Amino acid sequence: MTTLDARPVDKFDDNDQKPIGHGRMLRKEDPRFIRGLGKYCDDIQLPGMLHLAILRSPVAHARIVSVDVTAAQAHPKVKAVITGADLAEKGLAWMPTLSNDVQAVLATDKVRFQGQEVAFVVAEDRYAARDALELIDVDYDILAPVIDARTALSADAAVIRDDLEGKTDNHCFDWETGDEAATEAVFAKADVVVKQDIVYPRVHPAPMETCGCVADYERVDGKLTLWTTSQAPHAHRTVYALVSGLPEHKIRVIAPDLGGGFGNKVPIYPGYVCAIVASLVLGKPVKWMEDRSENLVSTGFARDYIMQGEIAATKDGKILAIRTNVLADHGAFNGTAAPVKYPAGFFGVFTGSYDLEAAYCKMTAVYTNKAPGGVAYACSFRITEAVYLVERIVDCLAYELEMDPAELRLKNFIRPEQFPYKSKTGWVYDSGDYATTMRLSMKMAGYDELRREQAEKRARGELMGIGVAFFTEAVGAGPRKDMDILGLGMADGCELRVHPTGKAVVRLSVKTQGQGHETTFAQIVAEEIGIPPADIEVVHGDTDNTPFGLGTYGSRSTPVSGAAAALVARKVRDKARIIASGMLEVSVADLEWTKGSFHVKGDPTSAVTIQDIAMRAHGAGDLPDGIEGGLEAQICYNPENLTYPYGAYICVVDIDPGTAEVKVRRFIAVDDCGTRINPMIIEGQVHGGLTDGVGMALMEMIAFDEEGNCLGGSLMDYLIPTALEVPDWETGFTVTPSPHHPIGAKGIGESATVGSPPAVVNAIVDALKPYGIRHADMPLTPSRVWDAMQGHPTPPV
Amino acid sequence: MQVPAPFEYERATSVDQAIGLLERLGSTARLVAGGHSLLPMMKLRLANFEYLIDINDLHGELGYVTVEPGQVRVGALTRHRELLESAELAEAFPIFRDAEKVIADPVVRNRGTIGGSLCQADPSEDLSAVCTTLDASCVIRGPSGERVVTMDEFYRGPYETAVGEDEILIEIRLPIRPGGSSAYHKVERRAGDWAVVSAGAAVWLEDGVISDARVGLAAVGPNTTGIPAISEALRGSPPSEDLYRRAGEIAAASCDPVTDMRGSAEYKRHLADELTQRALRTAVDRINSGPRSLEES
Repeated sequence: MTTLDARPVDKFDDNDQKPIGHGRMLRKEDPRFIRGLGKYCDDIQLPGMLHLAILRSPVAHARIVSVDVTAAQAHPKVKAVITGADLAEKGLAWMPTLSNDVQAVLATDKVRFQGQEVAFVVAEDRYAARDALELIDVDYDILAPVIDARTALSADAAVIRDDLEGKTDNHCFDWETGDEAATEAVFAKADVVVKQDIVYPRVHPAPMETCGCVADYERVDGKLTLWTTSQAPHAHRTVYALVSGLPEHKIRVIAPDLGGGFGNKVPIYPGYVCAIVASLVLGKPVKWMEDRSENLVSTGFARDYIMQGEIAATKDGKILAIRTNVLADHGAFNGTAAPVKYPAGFFGVFTGSYDLEAAYCKMTAVYTNKAPGGVAYACSFRITEAVYLVERIVDCLAYELEMDPAELRLKNFIRPEQFPYKSKTGWVYDSGDYATTMRLSMKMAGYDELRREQAEKRARGELMGIGVAFFTEAVGAGPRKDMDILGLGMADGCELRVHPTGKAVVRLSVKTQGQGHETTFAQIVAEEIGIPPADIEVVHGDTDNTPFGLGTYGSRSTPVSGAAAALVARKVRDKARIIASGMLEVSVADLEWTKGSFHVKGDPTSAVTIQDIAMRAHGAGDLPDGIEGGLEAQICYNPENLTYPYGAYICVVDIDPGTAEVKVRRFIAVDDCGTRINPMIIEGQVHGGLTDGVGMALMEMIAFDEEGNCLGGSLMDYLIPTALEVPDWETGFTVTPSPHHPIGAKGIGESATVGSPPAVVNAIVDALKPYGIRHADMPLTPSRVWDAMQGHPTPPV
Repeated sequence: MQVPAPFEYERATSVDQAIGLLERLGSTARLVAGGHSLLPMMKLRLANFEYLIDINDLHGELGYVTVEPGQVRVGALTRHRELLESAELAEAFPIFRDAEKVIADPVVRNRGTIGGSLCQADPSEDLSAVCTTLDASCVIRGPSGERVVTMDEFYRGPYETAVGEDEILIEIRLPIRPGGSSAYHKVERRAGDWAVVSAGAAVWLEDGVISDARVGLAAVGPNTTGIPAISEALRGSPPSEDLYRRAGEIAAASCDPVTDMRGSAEYKRHLADELTQRALRTAVDRINSGPRSLEES
């Protein structure tokens, strides 16, 4: 199934090929972004709008003794000061999280992490609101914080969630997958067993635009309009209806342009609820925009898995089984956004791209005095952690067997004829030809030549490393029978209307945060009905104007909503065919479709275009029997399975032996995401994800001190990579369509973020081979690389 | 958006008028030049001043690099970008260009000034290490006139300088001595980050023998002054790898780093050693290969 035209992308390819359908074209949304004319939440200005600021806890764990707001209320520009006690009176002090836990909107009893919301002020302007926060006097009774997840379950650890009835420890949940006994049996007979502790530290999505909203409750018609930084406007609307008691049809959620999301804008944050409450109470529009520190300290983090991996193999390198024990740090409230039956997300794909005899995972999740979340940062529902684990442990095996890591992978891949392949943890991989993709990446890299260069350099005492990683993703949640969030099935609607003049509007349930939906979805529809993308308006991010669906995260837009867009276009085309048969006075069976028009079989001159048909559908004159006027359709797509994109990544690093600085010299990324709709957009997604991955591997971490102070509260403390830390990306592709997706497409949004951290770390560890290093944990800052070179690599937590 | 507490703002029209304002307003006022340290601190409300006196209009008066026989005079309001681009400065002191290339990013360099950098007195600040290495002196003007202090005298400790509440740093003077060159090496976690550690070195040769040498370190403790023991160890010997190693050992032993997010104290001490050696080596190589090699190095 894999096509043979796999080739490295020529960077001088024309990016504006003006396709009527799939192909390279410039993004329709870019003219407004490039000119600074995007309209973001903070650009919303409404008459009489007030501003909200949140008072946050300076400490990680404390009982609230008292909150005195008298002075703040006396500030001349302040309109309201609201505390947890005030919200409790309205029954709004707590809200559900996306994982069926509860989270405090404003703290009533205790604060449970530094940065937690304690009270808010609404004032005439943003400055006054912030000034008044300093006039609120909170008396805290400090409690011992629980910071290290490893000690969270010890008997003497303070109980963080004493709000939960009968809670006597910090246990959050247990989860397991695979077959423990079968795995043990395979391990017992294996020639080689390699065990490795691996930490994926807490990181933060840090979108350029922080989170915020404008809540506008109209008292007369009882309607709430909420402009908000949301990747999932429909899901958010339903949750607001359930929490606030406002009827769902009286809530309109609008997600305007978003300055990045990366999962950070999936959860509902207390600030949104505070703004809604403020607008309900005051009858005025209220804006809340968090600042950078608030975003980094309080909103959805990612990762924070302390893993122990074990791999069993024969002595000649046949991998038999993998098992893992994971300690998951979920922070103070379980705010993970994952389908409810998957508390560890899709971590079950930790078996990777390999054909195993057995696998088993046991996970324990705990509460700690840290910010909640566990959703985000392009993680594909925890596949990032799973891929990192398997790709590191496979490299550890290669180290012990003294085998080439690429050769070891090639030996163990699931073979093309095994698809659809059911993994030992129950995931059904749809399609793949892993060896072809792997070999292409090796060819592009000049793998053998790189190994020769490395050998020469090692002989001279220079440190050069080559890291290989191969990942398989599982993206596009549902199907709805297995996957829901808070009872909402993970399916997506799509509506297409063709106007009389042959222009069209397509309405989506998903929401772009930079992925280019306004272009990609126009191209998907264009491919099916032959209307140029420029003539197709894409509407999204407004619950009053789009069909219901679960939103954009977990790389699900193209696999789910993209399928919906293709199928709704085919539905319209089917109707167009009937109308065309009337226009051409032939039977439907005698018509042939070439993109954009129907013609009579054998007579290409006897044809009508889709534009002709659109006018006829809306115009005067009869339509064929039983056909209503208009040319539009709506569907809801429930995916049959996830799609499984994959890729082979090779990273080359040089390390300065004197300073331990790492330079990523080259990065070769070959991705297979099935059918490629707009290759330019795919490359952009890959470039961004690779940069993310280099950032996580080299510098990113949300760290805490012993008191629970967050040490990553600004972009001076929490580093994200720049163009200077990354090489000129070398991207390539193979095409193995998804068999169940209507156009064969798979997701691509998170592939590079998932696949690149192990490639970078594997390269660094490979470079450090002369020091006898088998593993070193991220983030591999110069200091931590130097620690490894001294023979004592240290875990980051 | 982070927003500061209320403050009053005035644009200074001359150095003397600014000094007059400072004299009147005392500790409630602060000068703002590039603002890249002050404004973030105000937005985070770590610093709250009632008055800001903006001296950016004085760039004509205080923004210059003047090379004279025996010294270079640099106006306190000279921007990083101007220091980076000054060929005369790079010729006299290549260390400046080395350092400016790795200070922050172009946005900061377009605004930030040498005077602001020195007065911020951050122990990790690059130009402080550069000026220490070059044995600079600072001209401070107040209501009662001007005074000139050495870098040793200028630094009172982290974030503290000899500049009084009613005074302004107006000029930095860098002595030129023949037969010398200089270099700066920095390790950072990411472009634009503060130094994990950095080292500057200036070396003067006479007949193949080191007549004088100075090393300045950043981010390894509160003391940003030079290390006299290194100068003593180097003087009178021809440059050699053994000598650099000796200097590196002294650097590592003389500093007082702390473990933080940028690295462990042990690693920083190692870097003080390694970067001191590298800076000395580069400076000597530059003397030996002449000014032509500057652009290439």
